Amino acid sequence: MAAPPPSAPATRFPRWPGFRGRSGSRCQAGTGIPTSRQVWRRGVDAAAPYGFVAPFFVLFVAFGLFPLLYTGYISLHRVRLQNPDEMTWLGLENYTNLWHDPFFWKALRNTFTIGVISTVPQLCMALGLAHLLNRRLRGRTFFRVAILMPYATSVAAATLVFGGLFGRDYGMVNWFLGLFGVDNVDWYNGTWTSQIAVSTIVTWRWVGYNALIYLAAMQAIPHDRYEAAALDGARSWHQFRHVTLPGLRPTIVFTVVVSTIGAMQIFAEPLLLQGGPIGVRGGASHQYQTIGLYMYETGWSNYALGKASAIAWTTFLIILLVIGANALVAGRRSRREIREGR
Amino acid sequence: MAGTSVAPPRVRPRRSGRVRRSKRSRQLHGGPLVYLILGFATLLSIFPFYWSIVAATRSNADINHVPPPFTPGGNLFANFDKALDEADMVQALVNSTIVSVTVAAGTVLCSTLAGFAFAKLRFRGRGALLGITVATMMIPPQLGLIPLFMIMAKLQWVNQLQAVVLPTLVTAFGVFFMRQYLMEALPDELIEAGRVDGASYARIFWSIVVPIARPAMAVLGLLTFMTTWNDFFWPIIALSSSNPTVQVAINSLGGGYVHDQSIILAGTLLGTLPVLVVFGLLGRQIVGGIMQGAVKG
Repeated sequence: MAAPPPSAPATRFPRWPGFRGRSGSRCQAGTGIPTSRQVWRRGVDAAAPYGFVAPFFVLFVAFGLFPLLYTGYISLHRVRLQNPDEMTWLGLENYTNLWHDPFFWKALRNTFTIGVISTVPQLCMALGLAHLLNRRLRGRTFFRVAILMPYATSVAAATLVFGGLFGRDYGMVNWFLGLFGVDNVDWYNGTWTSQIAVSTIVTWRWVGYNALIYLAAMQAIPHDRYEAAALDGARSWHQFRHVTLPGLRPTIVFTVVVSTIGAMQIFAEPLLLQGGPIGVRGGASHQYQTIGLYMYETGWSNYALGKASAIAWTTFLIILLVIGANALVAGRRSRREIREGR
Repeated sequence: MAGTSVAPPRVRPRRSGRVRRSKRSRQLHGGPLVYLILGFATLLSIFPFYWSIVAATRSNADINHVPPPFTPGGNLFANFDKALDEADMVQALVNSTIVSVTVAAGTVLCSTLAGFAFAKLRFRGRGALLGITVATMMIPPQLGLIPLFMIMAKLQWVNQLQAVVLPTLVTAFGVFFMRQYLMEALPDELIEAGRVDGASYARIFWSIVVPIARPAMAVLGLLTFMTTWNDFFWPIIALSSSNPTVQVAINSLGGGYVHDQSIILAGTLLGTLPVLVVFGLLGRQIVGGIMQGAVKG
């Protein structure tokens, strides 16, 4: 720290604006060398931001990052739930076992089909609802709160209620279909029917939430775009197609990614649809067992923590692939649009 | 809490409010068909709640009737009693309250601290740390469950409430939410003024940041309370039915020991009521909070 020319007024250290020592002087008289207090103060100032983020990051490393990496480490061992301290090195054996495990492939396929039939209709319905809620309505707040109500229930509660509604002999769904002359459907035991039942619960819980997210994004679209479209004679549907949808693209990408991750984690719905040991298997013939449920069964029913960790880590890699594919598609589309000068 | 644009606030003439309202009036009105569809959606959203009330107030024989009953009966308290016998519902409600309140308070504090630093302070590695935070939003929490369980087993915390509280304090969403809010709501000049007056960062945080962040803190607390109350996967692994949260108790009700729908749904209703009450009282704020957090950049 070079001493300032003596003619200079009281030296300012611009990097800590407004510093005042106890006596009000800015440094030891006439020297320009900071006092030990000032050095201390500067150190505190530099460290302060890290102090602010520390609580979050300490917890995050301990309970977020470390477990994730350690899952990868465990997946290379044989570990039993009864005695988690005893680890035997296996290398990639857990993964090769998974590759040859028909239940794993079945769970993966179920996760994919349940994911598609719960996510696609859900997001389409949410878009439609948001479009309707974006109009001038009486009782706007009432509608918004009402469609968000399912989000406030727990998965467990929602699944138990729907589990009853989907009952084969006395369930309300079958009674309702019976009014139209449809025979009783055995919702639990068919592959498609049971997956539709699981997807219905997922959809019911999340439509309102996604509708509100779309609505928020719709309200952020500048009004003059709509007015320009109206001047060009665009009707409601055209406005939706050419103004609303393009404006929502980033939000749609975001919800697709989040819903995909959510779909990879579906677990409580299949577990509790029938409950008990059948629930852990995801149906009598594993017909609606998802990957999350298979991980649970492997770890906590069959006590194979090493294999369960391999399932978890594989899930993680699949999610990364999905996000990467999403980002690629979204990125290419927007680049093409820039080239076309839209 | 309105206004989600990320652009710096422009100083506009005061008439702007009225101008905007006139634009609003040009917005499409909802016709009868719109109300019909929305009414139908509302009905579908609310019907399962209504049905669980009907089922919880009747006997199993009533429910398994064709056609099903659509009006509440008078069996509610008998069913509550049985549900309390089957699962430790009272203990569960107490536990869930403790866990949810603690997690909500802790999350709000951690997120406000970190959100403030990310929004307003400059430090080396800020971008990288923020990137890591956002990236964690993409990682399903289930992936760390097995090591978490091993950690808790080592600490002998399995079946203890702290096993559920600690891992759920970390929400990247909360940090991100507070950062977005503070970037708009907290003027730089205020912090600079505080610095000029010689206040320490801690002092600035308590006296300037917290009062301004209060509305967002309340919404984040609400959302966190709800999600924690409804958390399922980790609690059923970390706790057992001898010291359950509400969801663990509901899980054991539906776990095949009882086949009586009316009792299961009575227990479920009991466990859902507190959240529904919160939602009924503060639904508007929760809707606002979700819409606030939705608009990213």
